[in-house]
Amino acid sequence: MSLATLLLLADGRLPSGGHAHSGGLEAQVSAGRVGDLDGLAGFLRGKLATSGLVAAAFAAAACHRTLGTSPPAHLARATPPAHPPRATPQPAHPARGDQTPPLYFVPDISDLDQGLDARTPSPALRKASRAQGRALLRAGRAMWAIPEIGREPHQPVALGVLARAAGLGPLEAAVAAAHGTVTGSASAGVRLLGLDPYAVHGLLARLAPDCDRVAASAAARAGDPVDELPAAGAPLLDIGAELHATWEVRLFAS
Amino acid sequence: MHPDQHTHAHEADEVPHTHPEPGVDPHLPLPDAPRALRIGIGGPVGSGKTALVAALCRALGDELRLAVVTNDIYTTEDADFLKRNGVLPVERIRAVETGCCPHTAIRDDISANLDAVEDLEDALGPLDLVLVESGGDNLTATFSKGLIDQQIFVVDVAGGDKVPRKGGPGVTTADLLVINKTDLAPLVSADLSVMDRDAKARRGELPTVFLSLVEDRAATPVADWIRSLVAARVPAAR
Ligand SMILES: Nc1nc2c(ncn2[C@@H]2O[C@H](COP(=O)(O)OP(=O)(O)O)[C@@H](O)[C@H]2O)c(=O)[nH]1
Ligand SMILES: [Mg+2]
Repeated sequence: MSLATLLLLADGRLPSGGHAHSGGLEAQVSAGRVGDLDGLAGFLRGKLATSGLVAAAFAAAACHRTLGTSPPAHLARATPPAHPPRATPQPAHPARGDQTPPLYFVPDISDLDQGLDARTPSPALRKASRAQGRALLRAGRAMWAIPEIGREPHQPVALGVLARAAGLGPLEAAVAAAHGTVTGSASAGVRLLGLDPYAVHGLLARLAPDCDRVAASAAARAGDPVDELPAAGAPLLDIGAELHATWEVRLFAS
Repeated sequence: MHPDQHTHAHEADEVPHTHPEPGVDPHLPLPDAPRALRIGIGGPVGSGKTALVAALCRALGDELRLAVVTNDIYTTEDADFLKRNGVLPVERIRAVETGCCPHTAIRDDISANLDAVEDLEDALGPLDLVLVESGGDNLTATFSKGLIDQQIFVVDVAGGDKVPRKGGPGVTTADLLVINKTDLAPLVSADLSVMDRDAKARRGELPTVFLSLVEDRAATPVADWIRSLVAARVPAAR
């Protein structure tokens, strides 16, 4: 596992469309539920425990599902995967000498995509997640050899597949998902509320161990059937997203 | 999937099909025209970017396969304006939401704009020209080369005749600088010759044109500049 690669994947500067989304914060700010640093702290904790946990679990699961497959030759690393899958599928094409890297194939992960649909009652949030999944795939294709997983997967599914293609494991995928859940909304908070950016980063530092905990519990269940993966929900986020989508004037796409 | 049984993977419910002889290329030949020329239109809020896009649609809509992507800061107002004014069929216009940061969407993270261009090409078939209007920002916002081929920067006379002298990457490096609203020059005591001299000093060989979209509703010098780019790009197909 390459730590520097994980940092790259989790970097807010990755051009993957995230800057246009507040992760539901704009709707809550406008409703008067979040107005200062304490409010943001509560919002981020709630998000991490609900949609953050779900995103981490699905990123870990998507990564886990692709673990047994062969990454392209230039990505194959000596390190064995941290979480060996239960059954190891074979690569679609056996290697035919150096000039033909093994074809990289992904087992069917459409149930994960559907599982996220089921956990995302708000159509606006589904759309936002798929738009970000598509953008993340675009960035991923420029960085690593990404298998074909459809045009607009949910963002956590895309993240898990990217993590695998980058040579990372389910725990790293989950950490990146949990971290992205809080940092995206936090930087939107700086822009929406004019909060002190140092204070916001102080908050993020205090939340980091929680991100790790959420990611660890998500990664521990990465091999579970989709129906047994976490399904924590935050109804106010869903309601807020639906209202937000109807506004004529808004700063963020979601 | 059971990839170990096959030379390649099949879905269980896949329609049975045959494969061409190895050696036979199953793909259609690439279309003889390359992908659409993409032109970015940037510049400060209110300088006339949307008005220029509307003028170009009127001027070029009948001769080129054309589509437009707008980037608004808060709303889909620019796209709505173009749709309301009927300068282009609505399915040829897409709006991108930029999350507070219009310059990010055209420069640092261009994914939403690329998705919009791709969606237009998927829906409409091959295009000759895609115009991408940036959300109004300051003088520093320029487009990524990953998004557009050429960029136009629009400033206006009403902002004062010092704008070209102040420079900034838009004024200095844009492939075409448009100084718009020349009809207002007398009202704001702007000296066009000063703007011309300063623009030349800043831009060297790069072209600058003066425009009044009130007087020239077809944006003739800009439309001609685009025509020459399109012609240079597709010598055989046009
Ligand atoms: N007088 C004058 N007004 C113009 C001209 N071009 C645009 N405008 C007006 O300037 C305002 C801002 O134009 P718009 O295209 O929306 O600017 P944008 O923010 O750069 O897209 C509108 O009211 C236009 O009608 C021009 O050449 N002369
Ligand atoms: Mg405009």
